Amino acid sequence: MISAVSVIKPQPDTKFRSFVEAHIGQSISQCYQCGKCTAGCPVAYTMDLTPRRVIRALQLGMENELENSSSMWICLSCLTCSARCPREIDIAGVMEALRLATAGNKPSPSQKKFRLFHELFIMSFQFSGRAYELGLGVAYNVLSGHLLNMVSIIPGMLRRGKLACLPHRGQGSDIQGIFNRVDALKRKNNEQTQSSKP
Amino acid sequence: MARVGVFICHCGTNISGAMDITRVVEAARKMPMVVTASDNKYTCSEPGQASVRQAIADNKLNRVVIAACSPRMHEPTFRKAVAAAGLNPYLLEIANIREQCSWVHAHDRKKATDKAIELVKIAVAKVIRHEPLYPREVPVTKRALVIGGGITGIQAALDIANAGHEVVLLEQEPTIGGRMAQLDKTFPTLDCSACILTPKMVDVANHPNIRLITYAEIKEVRGFVGNFKVEIMQKARKVDHTKCTGCGTCWQKCPEKSPSEFDLGLGNRPSIYIPFAQAVPAKPVIDTDHCRYIKYLQWVADGEQGKKPPECRICEKICPTGSIAWDQEPQTITEEFGAVVVATGFQVYDHRHYEEYGGGAYPDVISGMQLERLMNASGPTGGEIIRPSDGAHPKTVAFVCCVGSRDQAKGRTYCSKVCCMYTAKHAIMLKEHDPHVQCYIFYIDVRAGGKDFEEFYLRALDDAGAIYIKGRPSKIYQDGKKMIVLVEHALMGRPIEVAADLVVLATGMEPRTGADRLAQKLNISYNTYHFLVEAHPKLRPVETQTDGIFVAGACVGPRDIPESVAQGSAAAAKVVGLFSRDALVTDPVTSVVNRDRCIGCLLCIAVCPYKAIDCETTRDKRVVAVVNESLCKGCGLCVGACRPKAVDLRGFTSQQILEEVNSLWS
Amino acid sequence: MIETDRYAYYPGCCAKASAKEYDATTRLVCQALGIELVELENWVCCGASSAHSVDKLLGITLPAQELQSAARLNLDLVASCSLCFSRLKIAAHELKNENIRNQVSEILNEKIPANPRNGVKHLLQVLESHMDKIPLKKPLKDLKVACYYGCLLGRPKEIAEFEDEENPQVMDKIISRLGGEPVEWGFKAECCGGSHIFTRQDIVLKLSHRLLYQAKQAGADCLAVVCPVCHSNLDAMQKSIDAEYKDKVDLPALYITQLIGLAAGLPVKKLMFDKLFVDPIPLLRRKGLV
Repeated sequence: MISAVSVIKPQPDTKFRSFVEAHIGQSISQCYQCGKCTAGCPVAYTMDLTPRRVIRALQLGMENELENSSSMWICLSCLTCSARCPREIDIAGVMEALRLATAGNKPSPSQKKFRLFHELFIMSFQFSGRAYELGLGVAYNVLSGHLLNMVSIIPGMLRRGKLACLPHRGQGSDIQGIFNRVDALKRKNNEQTQSSKP
Repeated sequence: MARVGVFICHCGTNISGAMDITRVVEAARKMPMVVTASDNKYTCSEPGQASVRQAIADNKLNRVVIAACSPRMHEPTFRKAVAAAGLNPYLLEIANIREQCSWVHAHDRKKATDKAIELVKIAVAKVIRHEPLYPREVPVTKRALVIGGGITGIQAALDIANAGHEVVLLEQEPTIGGRMAQLDKTFPTLDCSACILTPKMVDVANHPNIRLITYAEIKEVRGFVGNFKVEIMQKARKVDHTKCTGCGTCWQKCPEKSPSEFDLGLGNRPSIYIPFAQAVPAKPVIDTDHCRYIKYLQWVADGEQGKKPPECRICEKICPTGSIAWDQEPQTITEEFGAVVVATGFQVYDHRHYEEYGGGAYPDVISGMQLERLMNASGPTGGEIIRPSDGAHPKTVAFVCCVGSRDQAKGRTYCSKVCCMYTAKHAIMLKEHDPHVQCYIFYIDVRAGGKDFEEFYLRALDDAGAIYIKGRPSKIYQDGKKMIVLVEHALMGRPIEVAADLVVLATGMEPRTGADRLAQKLNISYNTYHFLVEAHPKLRPVETQTDGIFVAGACVGPRDIPESVAQGSAAAAKVVGLFSRDALVTDPVTSVVNRDRCIGCLLCIAVCPYKAIDCETTRDKRVVAVVNESLCKGCGLCVGACRPKAVDLRGFTSQQILEEVNSLWS
Repeated sequence: MIETDRYAYYPGCCAKASAKEYDATTRLVCQALGIELVELENWVCCGASSAHSVDKLLGITLPAQELQSAARLNLDLVASCSLCFSRLKIAAHELKNENIRNQVSEILNEKIPANPRNGVKHLLQVLESHMDKIPLKKPLKDLKVACYYGCLLGRPKEIAEFEDEENPQVMDKIISRLGGEPVEWGFKAECCGGSHIFTRQDIVLKLSHRLLYQAKQAGADCLAVVCPVCHSNLDAMQKSIDAEYKDKVDLPALYITQLIGLAAGLPVKKLMFDKLFVDPIPLLRRKGLV
């Protein structure tokens, strides 16, 4: 019985690859797979695809592996990989590009909680202009199902006055306006890309 | 009155396949002063050349145009043919209707033919205005200078000397021997490096044709091939080598120790010292930066401020021959040579640039060369491989390849070629020293391209049990007594941490500091990394663009001992070939200055890439430029720069070129 | 010429809450050194790790707003939080691209200059330039400090314009100036686990434990930090780290401004040592500093 084997489709430009290369302004064929990025990455030990393998997947057009990977969401943007890469490739930029490229998709099970966190964080300052840590924490715990997450430090934080009970009253900052206009501009850009398509 | 013969070549079908040769021949016949025009299938062949010679005789031609391949191919051939027919060989012009016509315009036959006709027209217009030119002869000084006393320089010097010519071997360190003297064993044979090197060092010292000048540098080089005038700066040793017998009493008693350069900081040496036991010459120099008496003299000169330092002078007191010479000053030695061989070798990449590996702060993270010193029986530990921090014998040793090589982020993209092999050697040697040691080698690729190299690498795998892990370490840090290496086990696809007792960084090769300044003095090229540039990387590996100056060994690029030795001999062969003639013939296509028109602005000197133009004062006290025809390569930059149009290039005069342009409109 | 004693100040979201003591001591110390901090009006969140991860434009626009505020004041902008500093620097760099600049200008409804006169600095850089003005009332004698810079201060090198990314010395120099002993250790600029505090606490515990362990091995009595995110990972989570790794590290993590305030003889109460989870008082008492 022949077992199923991933077929490599060596197409020169896949949709992820073009986006990634445009984002970092470099060609990822420059990577010679030395692994220094992974070696210095503080969280590579817990990624499904190590940074080097992410680049390899991009080089070989193995996109399906990347779509559901949690590697780019575990990435801390500590930039150690980019700083040490002997070919000066912006690997952290690759991770960022993959986040941006998949941010609109339905999250895979391994990506879920990271996406949830980012969404909630942004929501936590969308209305008041500044992050509302307590609200963020409660919402995250409830929605992720980890009810006791971080609970142990809450009393200590409250005691020391380091946790605001209520969100900040933003005076004068037009934060909602910024969000609206960002969305509007994105919609306009998308329309333009659509209309310029043959 | 010019009588021009035009000879158009088919070059098989290279030219005739792309254009109508008949039409070109017919057009040529109609050009002014053309007496005969013909075509030939292979003009460069013997029958082809014979027909040219015959035509010259039959038609009493005094100018020849050959429309064929590039002059870079056959100009010398056709010059000889024309000379054989009795004409001055410079009354020839070549129209390149192959590389510049048929090879690039093959898709449009008509246009190709039209262009070929124009190229011939230009050539005819030019050749009419050619004058006969006569090469000159310059004498050759049959003495060679070899710069660099490593194995490459030693080999070159011995070969030239054995061929019967005088050689000066110049070395900036106190001793010859170079990097090879620091090695323990050499791959893949595991020969003892010093054992194969020192006999050659002694040969150099004893050879009647070799004058060894150590502890000296090049100050200035002037002249040209066959006639170089070199100023050498002999640094002050503070020891009179004519009196010194090398007995060693002084360096045994010297109290002031400092880190040994030869042992790369792993051990100390006295301030009066020879770098290693088999040094040639085996006579010491004084390190004036650390010598106590020199410091005392400085204190006196500074006005005796503060506490009085010790006067010492122990060496002087105990020297049986009175060889210490405190007032010795640097001396300039001027010598003349016919050829120079540059063999300045390499230095080890400074791994302190790798902050992520500790930046040199961890004593148990050492370079490959430092490990060689530890392994070497005459090294700082007597051949015991121990950790510099606590002297313990390491049981787990990690090797990191490509340190300072293949690393754009560190400004060194090239591969240093030898590190994979010397790392395999280290693994083998470590196992020989201690059968219980385990080596881990972190590599990106293993390069084992030379003869017996692959088998040697397999020895490291099979016999020495070295574990090769693909992955470039990102960080090395200390945890207690261990050094932790963070690396990805790429073939398994996950990051790992390896705890080692000793970490050896396989540091790469780079040219010696100051190689660029030496190259500038010699007027030879060097690249971004300061490696010297060959005349042609494939076909002229030991020559440079400057005639008479040859290069060999690791100063040209990373290479191992057999390659360096071969190149040393190759450079020597070139030198001996140069010296086989009593005089050199120079190319007469050179610039010449019309002294009456020259206004002495000397802009030509500034633009000349070959330093071929000098200035002198005329009898009527005007400064004018004068071209050294032996150095001039006929590039014409001076002609372009000259404002009063005082310089012209023989063989490509301004008038000839202007007539070429004019002819296109007639 | 941009002033060197007056800066636009971006406190960051943690300033009034989880990093209260950092904000308070920053203001205190700057006042003592004659540095005027002009807090930006109506500042908003810089976007932290989240904005740029899901929306490139949002990730640039939020910090751009602060850059504009500072430009209007014609002052250099100083941030005390390393994450905010990084986002501000990266935004300033991205805005050099005309296309992006135009889009952000449209969103903020004001024209962003192509070559702004003012720049962005981290508090550490400002403190260094005023280092010699620190009055040394109580030298931190015998206090061995492991200076922790965090991963973002020096990276990416060309954009951050901070000193060496692997072995920075700025904070170490300040500690020496204060009379303390900075220890050399190999994890000065390694990541603490950052914002995974919510999503993957195990990562934070592992990485922060590694930092604390290495600092302790190097002989440190305490850590000096310059980022609220790093601080809560090393301080608030230290008990959890101890529990997870069955260890008791007992290494107080102090803000650099608290240490400067201490050495400068400022009132101890105002230095808010009581806000720290790992109480530094026993250590400071042992060293005769309180």
